[in-house]
Amino acid sequence: VCIHRVRSCSSIRFIKSKYVCVFDKSALKFSHQQRLFRTSPVSCGQIVQFKLSDIGEGITEVTVKEWYIKEGDSVSQFDSICEVQSDKASVTITSRYDGIIRKLHYSIDDIAFVGKPLVDIEIDASKGVAPEEDVVETPPMSHEEHTHQEIKGHKTLATPAVRRLAMENNIKLSEIVGTGKDNRILKEDILNYLAKQTGAILPPSPKAEIVPPLRKTEAVPAAPKDKARRIPVPLSRPIAFSGKDKTEPVTGFQKAMVKTMSAALKIPHFGYSDEIDLTQLVQLREELKPLAETRGVKLSFMPFFIKAASLGLLQYPILNASLDENCQNVTYKASHNIGVAMDTEQGLIVPNVKNVQVCSVFDIAVELNRLQSLGSAGQLGTSDLTGGTFTLSNIGTIGGTYAKPVILPPEVAIGALGKIQVLPRFNGKGEVFKARIMNVSWSADHRIIDGATMARFSNLWKSYLENPASMLLDLK
Amino acid sequence: MVLQSFKNCLRLSCVLRTPKACFWSTAGGGLIIQSVSNDVYQNLAVEDWIHDHMDLEKQQILFLWRNSPAVVIGRHQNPWQECNLRLLRQKNIKLARRRSGGGTVYHDLGNINLTFFTTRKKYERMGNLKLIVKALKALRPQLDVHVTDRYDILLDRQYKISGTAAKLGRTSAYHHCTLLCNADKSVLSSVLKSPYKGLKSNATPSVPASVKNLFEEDASLTSEMLLDAIAKEYAVQHQIDHHIILINPADETLLPGISNKTKELQTWEWVYGKTPKFSISACLNVAYKDSVLDVKVNMDVKHGRIEVCNIDLPEQWLPPGLYSELVKGLTGSKFCPNETTTLVTTLLKVCPQDDELHSRWTLLCENMIRLM
Repeated sequence: VCIHRVRSCSSIRFIKSKYVCVFDKSALKFSHQQRLFRTSPVSCGQIVQFKLSDIGEGITEVTVKEWYIKEGDSVSQFDSICEVQSDKASVTITSRYDGIIRKLHYSIDDIAFVGKPLVDIEIDASKGVAPEEDVVETPPMSHEEHTHQEIKGHKTLATPAVRRLAMENNIKLSEIVGTGKDNRILKEDILNYLAKQTGAILPPSPKAEIVPPLRKTEAVPAAPKDKARRIPVPLSRPIAFSGKDKTEPVTGFQKAMVKTMSAALKIPHFGYSDEIDLTQLVQLREELKPLAETRGVKLSFMPFFIKAASLGLLQYPILNASLDENCQNVTYKASHNIGVAMDTEQGLIVPNVKNVQVCSVFDIAVELNRLQSLGSAGQLGTSDLTGGTFTLSNIGTIGGTYAKPVILPPEVAIGALGKIQVLPRFNGKGEVFKARIMNVSWSADHRIIDGATMARFSNLWKSYLENPASMLLDLK
Repeated sequence: MVLQSFKNCLRLSCVLRTPKACFWSTAGGGLIIQSVSNDVYQNLAVEDWIHDHMDLEKQQILFLWRNSPAVVIGRHQNPWQECNLRLLRQKNIKLARRRSGGGTVYHDLGNINLTFFTTRKKYERMGNLKLIVKALKALRPQLDVHVTDRYDILLDRQYKISGTAAKLGRTSAYHHCTLLCNADKSVLSSVLKSPYKGLKSNATPSVPASVKNLFEEDASLTSEMLLDAIAKEYAVQHQIDHHIILINPADETLLPGISNKTKELQTWEWVYGKTPKFSISACLNVAYKDSVLDVKVNMDVKHGRIEVCNIDLPEQWLPPGLYSELVKGLTGSKFCPNETTTLVTTLLKVCPQDDELHSRWTLLCENMIRLM
């Protein structure tokens, strides 16, 4: 044991020294990095007038159409400054210098002249065209690697910020493939390169080696400890993250949602959920689908759900009602205009199928097809989007089982349908069979709807769907 | 003429890490490529890609492409001013904004597009157009075609068969033009007529012209024949083989970053949002019950969004609260019928349920949406 200890001790010491050696050097580099400071350009730079260069074909004047920068912005060499147009040619003017824009000589739609100043750029007086310098005491890598413009005769384009990021992470710019314009190296390229490094970012020199494990003979208890000490602890080098918060105004579809949901907040919601066995309906739809296709219509489950809901509303008309602003009067709507929540590129829209009470399941399918194609093309009209009295949301097509839908004013009820799952259930004989189960979650306005009403409506709706033949009896 | 697959060309040349290098190099100072896609956004993206990534110093490129029905507006144009957006939506015709300047054109498979890529220094449109005329005359010597000062190609001295536009960057440039072979002229004239009145803008206007298809002049001509003739002439002038290489604009390995470019060209912010600031001043004739109301609407639209909105309604025609909600809602919103419809239908739902109010509101809003 003593011998072990000595051996392991010595080995540990050996490792430790190496480890420390590694650590020290990187610590050294770290401290160097911490002593990094920059010269930031204050108004002590030289103002250069950037003239509009020759466009070609003997053109002497152009119209300024768009500015990509404004006064006070900092630009890098090759950044786009503006777009000008001359006789059907659109020209992108790029900056020749790194610096700060101090003056724009033209406004939009002005005529600009070739050879005359376009913008004034303030560049760092001492550097001329060179990038912003980082002052580092003893850099771990040759300074040239980072600021070197020409590597193997190939210009490495990168902004000062990107160069700094590369230097901080000890990356040679020549090793990165740029994906920006003209092969410019972007921040993303550096970050991708960093992400590809396995594990810790170890300084390239001195080489951090993982010391080979001790011969396994007796050092079993000591081995894990050794191993633990052998592998150098990943240094928590700050990996630069260049993401920024982005603030945008709320407009369009989002604004509409804000309005609707804020109004919905005034409604006291209660929820009621249940499970529906759609085994028979699934079979029925399979039989009817080809028939509908011959008529040029895609038949989903929704037309059945919608028609069943309408049949239910005939028995419980309060669910198809509207409460006025002061909660003084309830209006029982005659038409069953059942809304169908649709997810489009822009957001949530809820067109409705009008007068379901006089439509057949096929009629509903036709109308749904029409609304769906208009919805995805962004061409729904005002009449399609207004006048709804009751809504169904088939969130199950995307996923989920139970939900808590929000009522869309001025309606008083809404149902959210989960996905259809294949689950084991017991039949009348007590046998297990494969059932097609879907969950429904209703929300209703508790000011005029009570739980019992909702439950009875749901049971009726459920019975129509679990036994589709029963719908035939009540179809109008 | 031999159509080679693109990958074959690749195997011939050296593949460097940077896409810019001699990726597509063949012997000689030129390359002829043709797109297998008819999607206007994908094809415009290929132009962008070549412009941004290819080194055109050693070789110039001719890109041949055709699109399924689409209206293409110039970089600094106003789509409301240039075409009938309602008709486009109805007929499912795409709208694209290209990066080059110039006016609005209608593309369909009866129109061929040619893009000449060169370095910025070698940018020269007249030469390219003369090449096309030479090719056409070689194919059919009796054709009366010539190039005008405005860089149009005219047939029989009066009908425009080709329009031109160009894009210049820091080191590269491209000049592209159309060529009418057998396009649907009736659709062309109906979509390129704007029904929107009262627009005031500094956007580049298009210069309307009478057009004619080459097919009408000589029914034996097809788009394929014309493409081939032009490719042959280009090959002769650049001293290269008459090989047309097919490229697939959806191939991300061949053209890394192309799908992003394609997506960007389809965004609302690019197609509509890049419209220079404009104002619209219209008088809506709202027929309500037995009378007709004159409602003056004034809007300033910047970046495709309504900056300022004024609706001149008789007092109390709408409850003041609702009126201000409408104006507030429209301000900052896209000048777009879909978004406006969503907004106005939502506002209707959260206001008092009064049939009279509803019909007035719907009437007013539908009239306003027709402006978009």
